[in-house]
Amino acid sequence: MTVKEMAHKLGYKIINNTDPVAEKLDAKVTGVYACDLLSHAMAKVNEGDVWITVHTNLNVIAVASLTNCACVMIPENIDIESQSIERANDKGVVLLSSSKSAAHICLEILSALKDMK
Amino acid sequence: MSTIVRDYSIPANDFTIAGEASSSVRKLLSQLGVSPDVVKRTSIAMYEAEINAVIHGNGGKAHVEIDESKIYICISDEGPGIADLDLAMQEGYSTAPDSIREMGFGAGMGLSNIKKNSDILYIETEINKGTKVNITVFFSK
Ligand SMILES: Nc1ncnc2c1ncn2[C@@H]1O[C@H](COP(=O)(O)OP(=O)(O)O)[C@@H](O)[C@H]1O
Ligand SMILES: [Mg+2]
Repeated sequence: MTVKEMAHKLGYKIINNTDPVAEKLDAKVTGVYACDLLSHAMAKVNEGDVWITVHTNLNVIAVASLTNCACVMIPENIDIESQSIERANDKGVVLLSSSKSAAHICLEILSALKDMK
Repeated sequence: MSTIVRDYSIPANDFTIAGEASSSVRKLLSQLGVSPDVVKRTSIAMYEAEINAVIHGNGGKAHVEIDESKIYICISDEGPGIADLDLAMQEGYSTAPDSIREMGFGAGMGLSNIKKNSDILYIETEINKGTKVNITVFFSK
């Protein structure tokens, strides 16, 4: 399941889809990780993970880029800082958003991944 | 392969480019064909040291040397230094202010993450002089 397929299937909003990001929409989703401590996320987020965090500052984009996660998911319709969207465009980091809670999103993604098998 | 040397400056309290040095090095290592596991460990260790220089060290510099067998990274600052290094190394210990915690930093995991992900870690620090974090990661063990 790619990021784009997941977003369509589960009704997640794709925040940015300009050029370097468009390519990343085809990245394979292989897992999900929810954590708001940046040091913890930095160490634990795997390539292919959807990383769920309530933070929307620039450091989130740096960590997403360094971990090469599939995409960043911002839950509960939290507003995303506009400078972070710009930076995400530059760095090729896909940002998604949803009205649901982090726990709910984890469940949805894990179920979708299970269905694929 | 001859030694590749890179130098970066790390501005104080500037989160607009915090992580850029680590990001460049990550890209470079990937291009050189270094194994993903080594790229990952290096990224974690260097990012944490870079962020510490931004947050705690009034900014500083990153010096990087890559040869065929390893990457050596020195992150140095001329900040306040670390009074009790053993205490600072403990997971959970942090003097980061609330403004930093609100961004998601300040969990006190940085130095232990650096230790876990490097093969050699050597920290030199002196009160009111600064801190030098020397990290080495070998490409194969
Ligand atoms: N470069 C540095 N200069 C001064 N103090 C530092 C530096 N790096 C770390 N420290 C001190 O060590 C503590 C622990 O660092 P770390 O494990 O990275 O946790 P955190 O950065 O989350 O506080 C910091 O809170 C700070 O007091
Ligand atoms: Mg730290």
